[in-house]
Amino acid sequence: MILETIKSQKITFEQKVVTLARLAEGSIEVLNKSEALKKYIEDGIICDLFEGNAPYRPRYIVPDYDVFMQNGSKFLNLDKPTNIWEAVHGLLILYKHVPSITTMPVYLGNIDYLLEPFIKDESEAYLAIKLFLKHIDSTITDSFCHANIGPKETKAGLIILKVMRELELPTPNLTIKYAEETSDKIAVEAIQTALVTAKPSFANDKIFRDDFKGEYGIVSCYNGLKVGGGANTLVRVRLGALSKLASSKEEFLTKVLPEVSKEMLNYIDERSKFVIEESGFYESSFLVKEGLLEKEKFTGLFGFVGLAECVNNLLGATEKKDRFGYSEVAADLALEIVRSMSSLVQNHKTKYAGEFFGNTHLLHSQVGIDTDRNESPGCRIPVGEEPEIFEHIVQSAPFHQYCPSGIGDIFVFDETYKSNPEAILDIIKGAFETDMRFFSLYSDSCDVVRVTGYLVKRSEMEKLDKGEQVLRDTTILGKGARDNAKALGRKLRSE
Amino acid sequence: MSSIELTAKINKIIKFSNVDGPGNRMAIFFQGCNFNCEYCHNPETINICKNCYKCVDECPTNALYIEKEKVVWNDSLCCECDRCIKSCGFDASPKVKEYSVSQLVKEVAKVKAFIKGVTVSGGESTLQYKFITEFFKEIKKSWPNLTCFVDTNGSLDLEKDIYKEFVEVTDSFMLDVKAWNEEEHFKLTEKRVENVIKNLNFLKEIGKLFEVRTVVVQGKLNNRMTIKNVSEVIAKTDVRYKIIKYRHFGVREILQETLLPPTDKELEELESLAQKLEVKNTLII
Repeated sequence: MILETIKSQKITFEQKVVTLARLAEGSIEVLNKSEALKKYIEDGIICDLFEGNAPYRPRYIVPDYDVFMQNGSKFLNLDKPTNIWEAVHGLLILYKHVPSITTMPVYLGNIDYLLEPFIKDESEAYLAIKLFLKHIDSTITDSFCHANIGPKETKAGLIILKVMRELELPTPNLTIKYAEETSDKIAVEAIQTALVTAKPSFANDKIFRDDFKGEYGIVSCYNGLKVGGGANTLVRVRLGALSKLASSKEEFLTKVLPEVSKEMLNYIDERSKFVIEESGFYESSFLVKEGLLEKEKFTGLFGFVGLAECVNNLLGATEKKDRFGYSEVAADLALEIVRSMSSLVQNHKTKYAGEFFGNTHLLHSQVGIDTDRNESPGCRIPVGEEPEIFEHIVQSAPFHQYCPSGIGDIFVFDETYKSNPEAILDIIKGAFETDMRFFSLYSDSCDVVRVTGYLVKRSEMEKLDKGEQVLRDTTILGKGARDNAKALGRKLRSE
Repeated sequence: MSSIELTAKINKIIKFSNVDGPGNRMAIFFQGCNFNCEYCHNPETINICKNCYKCVDECPTNALYIEKEKVVWNDSLCCECDRCIKSCGFDASPKVKEYSVSQLVKEVAKVKAFIKGVTVSGGESTLQYKFITEFFKEIKKSWPNLTCFVDTNGSLDLEKDIYKEFVEVTDSFMLDVKAWNEEEHFKLTEKRVENVIKNLNFLKEIGKLFEVRTVVVQGKLNNRMTIKNVSEVIAKTDVRYKIIKYRHFGVREILQETLLPPTDKELEELESLAQKLEVKNTLII
């Protein structure tokens, strides 16, 4: 495996280094795993998403970049920025020192608010922002890297959207925090940008702000996390596969689900414990020392996929009218399952989740990985089975409240919406009024498309199909999700 | 009689539409039209079913049946194969539902958070102006933020007193101007153009014209003349001119061969003509 990686011509040098590091980490066993857990892992029911055997950094890190803009960084020998060039330059340097599971930062900050104070001359700011975003795409070669804008309209925000439309690049991913104070102008600009380059997504600011008692960041695919904190680990359960262990829905709810959850929560604790107590991350990182991170704002994520498959299995639903997405019985059972998981997670108090979260981990509707088959992302209706958009939103929204650290649905719109982007804004407003937490969209004519939560270019996947190297490792994941999970076959919304 | 008991035959409701006015709208298509346009894209909305039962025999899922001598449609059994519509020699549809004003308001209530308003279309919606007036009044009462639009062929003289309340309660109109020349208009629609042009001027004057639409057919119609004359009326206003490319989709098969879609070049030339005549907002679709 090591030699194979070294000799590969399909991956870049950078991708080789990361793969070799993973192999090294995988060669030791330092975590305590129960026999039951080992069995769940072996059967593909519990999965740690390739986090490795000895986690030496939190999975997702959400630095408080405001602290950096106020103080600069002693460790990086950077003064507080005083103009747009120093601001983008300083951030670009800092980003390269923010670790994560992918080795690259998954969160870049509310980049419009960070840059707004430095916008004096708009044409100069446009150039600085264009170079900034191009630099990020070429050096942070992973589209789990995510920036935020909003909720207020800013000059910087409008420039960022314009530049993203022009560049059509997958990285960074982008979310606009949408609130009542968000102007229709920037919201429509955001939609027009999304119809060209599949971003930004829309986050329901009120719901996130309530859940995180203030500042939060949208990171990686769509994960909500506390600014100045993050997530030590994400372990997930495949509900579709799990449901096969139960002979009835009662058995699933009263026995199978609580048992697997217990193992999951213990495993999340065990992994977090290693990051916190053994790896030395919190003692040694300058991000902690300089106040950009705080251990108490970190938590662990309890992820799940395949709710649809789980419910359909338990109900033996084969006909469309009985399946998840169409039947009320299926929707009620699905809600019961998610509520049960939510309360199991909330009742598990642990010193391995920060005080900020009342020492609990958070429930996360996970989007799946490239090798998943027969498991739909989180609470989503399977691709290819989606109902009409109105029914789709109304059926999906009730699940969103239970997943503070992230859940989302993706909608693909046809070309006609480009001449009426306000129509999409009306739909988003309605979705948020229905308590949907997160809304993603793209157009069927985009080169950049949203796979499950991250972005890839169709043209880059075609290169990969031909066996050529590609810059971004997410393209490799995107190709897998396209081939194994029909991730690009979503229902087209027209008229 | 309470106005709430008024009913109307509705061919289709599209919960989310992005092509029937500003923003996302609920579009309601009424059954019945007083024009018989050669290029009609949904000719099954022209007439009211006369219960000949031909379609009942055609239905593969028994979604159509006869009750009290009338054809009844059970939508939950319908597989949407449209064999009923193809078999109808009368340009009607058995898939029509009768709604009271309050039933229709309930349909709006379901989607009210997601829409900017409702648009009534057809068929020819203005033929049901009494029903629509009451319907719009109810909407305004319940959700004053929703706008009420009417899509019309412009055949009724909307300046007449009997339509006063209807025009008042409507926020804006979308008007088809299919042809300018009287003879050409009659040949295409079997109705005169006089009221259409009258309405174009009237609705513009009272500031209730959102959009004018002209379908462009190659060779058959003097598209240039129509677009020139409409443009002169709506020049320098905010009224949008939608120039629509004729497509075969939905058109009666027997007529498809006689009608041809225009080239993109022709459409662009017509759009620039409108722009030259100072139409501020044009759109080709």
